[in-house]
Amino acid sequence: MAILGAINPMLSLGLDGDNAWRLADYVKRGGYSALKRILAEKMPQEQVINEVKKSVLRGRGGAGFPTGLKWSFMPRSFPGEKYVVCNSDEGEPGTFKDRDILRYNPHSVIEGMAIAAYAMSATRGYNYIHGEVWEIYTRFEEALDEARAAGLLGENILGSGFNFDLFAHHGYGAYICGEETALLESIEGKKGQPRFKPPFPASFGLYGKPTTINNTETFGSIPFIMSLGGEHFLEAGKENNGGTKLFSVSGHVNKPGNYEIPLGTPFSTLLEMAGGMRGGRKLKGCIPGGSSSPVVPGEIMMGCTMDYDSIAKAGSMLGSGAVIIMDESTCMVKALERLSFFYYEESCGQCTPCREGTNWLYKVVHRIENGQGRPDDLDLLASVTANIMGRTICALGDAASMPVQSFIKHYRDEFAYHIEHKKCLVPLEVQRAGSGFFKATV
Amino acid sequence: MLTPDSLKRIDREIAKYPADQKQSAVMAALAIAQEELGWLSSEAIEFIAGYLGMPPIAAYEVASFYNMYDLKPVGKYKLTVCTNLPCMLTGGVDAGEYLKKKLGIGYNETTTDGRITLKEGECMGACGDAPVMIVNNRRMCSWMNPEQIDKLLAELE
Amino acid sequence: MLEIEIDGKQAQVPAGSTIMDAAQLLGAYIPHFCYHKKLSIAANCRMCLVQVEKAPKPLPACATPVTNGMKVFTHSELAIKAQKGVMEFLLINHPLDCPICDQGGECQLQDLAVGYGGGASRYQEAKRVVFHKEVGPLISMQEMSRCIHCTRCVRFGQEIAGIMELGMANRNMHSEIQTFVGRSVDSELSGNMIDLCPVGALTSKPFRYSARSWELARRRSISPHDSLGANLTVQVKGNKVMRVLPRENEDVNECWISDKDRFSYEALNSPERLSKPVIRVDGALREVEWNVALDYVSHALKDIAQNHGGEAIAALASPHSTLEELHLLQKLTRALGSGSVDFRPHRRDFSADGKRAGTPWLGMKLSEIKDLDAALVVGSFLRKDHPLFAQRLRQLARKGGKVSLLSVTADDSSINVHARLTVSPAELVLALGGVVKAAARQKGVAVPSGLELVEPCASGKAIAESLLQGEGEKGKRAIFMGNVAEQHPQATQLHALALELAKLTGASVGFVGEAANSVGGYVAKALPTALDGYEMFAQPCKAYLLLGIDPEIDCHNPQQAVAALKQSALVVSLSSFKSGAALDYADVLLPIAPFAETSGTFVNAEGRVQSFNGVVRPLGDSRPGWKVLRVLGNVLALPGFDYDSSEQVRDEILPEGGVFVAGLDNGLDSGLSDLTLAPGAAASGLQRIADVPIHFADPLVRRAPALQQTRDAALPAARMSAATLAQQGVAAGSQVRVKQAQGEALLLAVADETVPAGCVRVAAAHASTAALGDMFGAISVERA
Ligand SMILES: Cc1cc2nc3c(=O)[nH]c(=O)nc-3n(C[C@H](O)[C@H](O)[C@H](O)COP(=O)(O)O)c2cc1C
Ligand code: SF4
Ligand code: FES
Repeated sequence: MAILGAINPMLSLGLDGDNAWRLADYVKRGGYSALKRILAEKMPQEQVINEVKKSVLRGRGGAGFPTGLKWSFMPRSFPGEKYVVCNSDEGEPGTFKDRDILRYNPHSVIEGMAIAAYAMSATRGYNYIHGEVWEIYTRFEEALDEARAAGLLGENILGSGFNFDLFAHHGYGAYICGEETALLESIEGKKGQPRFKPPFPASFGLYGKPTTINNTETFGSIPFIMSLGGEHFLEAGKENNGGTKLFSVSGHVNKPGNYEIPLGTPFSTLLEMAGGMRGGRKLKGCIPGGSSSPVVPGEIMMGCTMDYDSIAKAGSMLGSGAVIIMDESTCMVKALERLSFFYYEESCGQCTPCREGTNWLYKVVHRIENGQGRPDDLDLLASVTANIMGRTICALGDAASMPVQSFIKHYRDEFAYHIEHKKCLVPLEVQRAGSGFFKATV
Repeated sequence: MLTPDSLKRIDREIAKYPADQKQSAVMAALAIAQEELGWLSSEAIEFIAGYLGMPPIAAYEVASFYNMYDLKPVGKYKLTVCTNLPCMLTGGVDAGEYLKKKLGIGYNETTTDGRITLKEGECMGACGDAPVMIVNNRRMCSWMNPEQIDKLLAELE
Repeated sequence: MLEIEIDGKQAQVPAGSTIMDAAQLLGAYIPHFCYHKKLSIAANCRMCLVQVEKAPKPLPACATPVTNGMKVFTHSELAIKAQKGVMEFLLINHPLDCPICDQGGECQLQDLAVGYGGGASRYQEAKRVVFHKEVGPLISMQEMSRCIHCTRCVRFGQEIAGIMELGMANRNMHSEIQTFVGRSVDSELSGNMIDLCPVGALTSKPFRYSARSWELARRRSISPHDSLGANLTVQVKGNKVMRVLPRENEDVNECWISDKDRFSYEALNSPERLSKPVIRVDGALREVEWNVALDYVSHALKDIAQNHGGEAIAALASPHSTLEELHLLQKLTRALGSGSVDFRPHRRDFSADGKRAGTPWLGMKLSEIKDLDAALVVGSFLRKDHPLFAQRLRQLARKGGKVSLLSVTADDSSINVHARLTVSPAELVLALGGVVKAAARQKGVAVPSGLELVEPCASGKAIAESLLQGEGEKGKRAIFMGNVAEQHPQATQLHALALELAKLTGASVGFVGEAANSVGGYVAKALPTALDGYEMFAQPCKAYLLLGIDPEIDCHNPQQAVAALKQSALVVSLSSFKSGAALDYADVLLPIAPFAETSGTFVNAEGRVQSFNGVVRPLGDSRPGWKVLRVLGNVLALPGFDYDSSEQVRDEILPEGGVFVAGLDNGLDSGLSDLTLAPGAAASGLQRIADVPIHFADPLVRRAPALQQTRDAALPAARMSAATLAQQGVAAGSQVRVKQAQGEALLLAVADETVPAGCVRVAAAHASTAALGDMFGAISVERA
């Protein structure tokens, strides 16, 4: 897979599959010019941060927090080590953009992190890479070697007196490590259990030192902001939603894959780029921002544009930009059961509402799916989710609850049918045909 | 317990972290040990803990927390199939079923010849390539249809 | 200071306080499980959720910092709903078997469930089943399904015990508290986890199912073991001690006790208890009535005093005896005309006696340890000799205080030490001299005479440096002398060097003291004016009075002690137990009551006077030691033995009363003048290192069955570094013959890299090594 399509691309501009990821290719595309200029001009840190603020780049990891603002929280003058950490843990079901950025454009992330480190007086960084993508990890290590050899990392970068060392840390299979404080714990060699906040990483982060964590795509966008200018980046998207963004489209489309489009692009355009619905079937529902974001029924989704504000208006979240497309062949109970299993399985087990609640949610959805649902189960689910939400250490509790609430809200009839008739509303043959797996042989 | 080569790799990982933070290398060290030994016995975990100067139970916490460590012996090849929603929509669950039938085993089981262990995995960050599966935590196989799976199984001698 | 309002009540709290801190200040109760004031904040149970004005979600009180003007509602609808929601989650997988649960009646979950739990369970699925675990003789992990994952036990290990033995393995709802693959929990503080566990998951193995908590009467007592004087709550049913728990005293034991404080009560009911007076008639021991026994003793003593002079009588007491017992023993001995009385059986060098400026003590209050910048501990098996004192130093080090150790083995202190210097016993004086010299040089003052030939090593310099930092500020640096330093053949030289170092650095000098009354013995003046605790056996006497001591185990040289006792005309042992050896050498055994059955006083290391009452009646015919000595004084017609109560005895010793004894001073009249240290003077050949293992250290712990099954009670071995083993031509794991003086012992050779080269660590205080000689000095090892 590569990045399959783009409108006014930045991150994916000039990429050529596996053939253009090396340092030389990146430099040919204008890479590292931003870093070089900043270092040569000794650009004031404030100016770098302001440029990022102007771009209205919002964090691409899920929460959409303005990156420039986050950077301004770092106590730059605090004596001692400070860290920048890149979150490439990408475990949110439906999301696979960071993998492609690291695979096809790793130096954009390295350059972005170096600029961030410069702006925040950090001298060490780590990139935490998802466990299941070993090849990506090894490639990133190679890219780091290239950058070090070229004097773009390490001591006294390009003779500027600025030091920055960057290392890759390989995860080993825990979704929760995408949560930024769990990720820090994991780098420290512990279980990935989120920390209670406050204190926030900016004051107490990796090894207790000030730390800023951003998503891969967030860092990857920095070089473009710094070379094209914050305003240019903002204008590439729309008001309050700066820039282009990668969307990972999966599920029932003809061409699943990553697409880079300006924020504010109509969903219908994105769907078209992804080859449209498989077999011409109807869009039943769409999870627009990774599995943790509430599901949006097809009709509503068709009216949305792909940006933080429009999706929020539709009652969901742009999240990480993972667009999961479900057509009519989907059994919504089964879909929710699988998601609930995921959150139950991935709960770190630390705090009571999440540890116990995700287990309870899964078991109830599971029994509905298996024809053992009870009439009051939907109310029970509503009550259990209400008891989880807002009461946990990290947002996984909310993430587990929102799919349950939204699936039941939008597809209540289908759940009720399941409970009453002890079977799927969507016939099994239809579901099976939807996956297309046996197409080749059947 | 480990070959000099593995120890060298672990040392390289240790060097990534501040000198007083050796424990940071525990994930990598466990992965390297598992790669060499096939799975993580308690002796292996204790060895790693000792090597990094951390309590054995702390290393065990890590080994038992992350999915990709195997605390029980597995077959020569461990096949992990993603069945999470995006993959499920495009055949991930079907691929798992196909494998079960082909191998005559269920999830978390190993073929009688000790060749293949089948596992169900969570999202691998490759949903666009569904169905996907990973061999021995390292090699990702994308767009797996029945023919591709047959080919893969033939290859895993 | 920050203003906060909780449920309408206002308080001012220092910046950095949490809502929980403020609530405790206001006396407002917020339900909680994972929060514990001595542990780091985990905020994982979520039981303490409260409503905070302007916050959209309920916030955990334990972890939320107070902001100025904050308004908190702990009982609002939002708060109660959140708390009830959490309680429901906690209960769905918790067995509802309170009636048969050992924790029933003292369970936080049970208590809170009454207030916050729902009626019928809405959870219809199968409950989680967690496999039980075997973790040793003290803690039961039989019902781990009850665990609510608050991680208090895990944090206790990491933070207080300093050794992580329990962890939470796995994740999600399969998270489980466990040790590393079937290991036991070996920390000497492990029992505190039982107290910390808010449910019945971790319970006391010796206590399990022996009583229900509401059947137990709670009585106050003081631990008779180490010099800390931990405050205890002793729980009694009928006339039997069923359980011992810590009684909180922030200045002494905080809320902790060591495992020996907790589990030694089992010895109170030991079959080895002596319950009747016994005298030897025609070579055989016979039980007799008290009057017969005391008459016998009185006649025999008078006889010896008449025929051989009072000096022929020697008296030795255990430092675990009460202040009153020690006082009466010395009074009685002196009245008989003897100055040979002592309470320091492990000591070898008594040359400081008569030169002390006052009563030796810790040099500071226990509660002041946390404010130190630097501390040096000289000659100590710190963790095992002084579990809770070590715990305080551990917390000091966690906070950034520089704790250094200079000792004879490098065993794990579970303290993050600043510097560590491990030398053979013969080099201990030299090494401390090195630190003194380094301090003098770093300070730029003349090196004290006698140290010309000493050359400090790098660790010695680092130690000196830490003690010199911030010099001038009082109460910020301390030197602590451990048991090894006091038992050492050159104890006074070590003492003098410590004083010299203190003079240079402004640090205080203190003695940690080995036993409950190591300070009290000095206060009671149970001190020799004739033969000391070593000499009285080296120069055999005609008669011996023994108080609470098993000399065949408890002496610096047990071999010599037993020989002296065997040749003597009379041995009177006041003891709670009948030991095999005593049955051999004693002529009279008088059953005295152990701490739980008598009133008395212990003066702890910091000089704190802690009196206590008996919590149960003495077993059988045994009687409080002070009463026995009083009556013996009467029978002997000695003047001044008319006391009605132990308080009267105490008041005679401490007429001025007060919480702390007066006259505490570690000064010495003579300085370093007569000392010249020279390297190379160290002994050639193998040297012995003798520790007094934690669970062998006194007659009670030795007889507590559960403690005897712990790893700390493992049989003594001959421990050496691999290099020393090789030099001796013996293999690790083989049987070796260890010889010292005329005695020998057959032991297992164990490779142990914490033992310095040329040394063999062979524990004292155990029957298997009692045939050996001094705790220090030359020893040989050969293949058996
Ligand atoms: C359960 C959970 C999983 C998360 N997973 C990811 C992830 O895989 N990748 C990511 O970048 N952010 C993830 N986040 C968000 C991070 O905590 C964090 O907000 C983000 O990395 C910040 O980067 P950004 O500001 O650039 O978006 C996750 C959050 C939660 C609560
Ligand atoms: S919400 Fe879940 S994942 Fe997050 S800290 Fe709590 S238990 Fe762990
Ligand atoms: S006491 Fe606050 S979360 Fe447990």
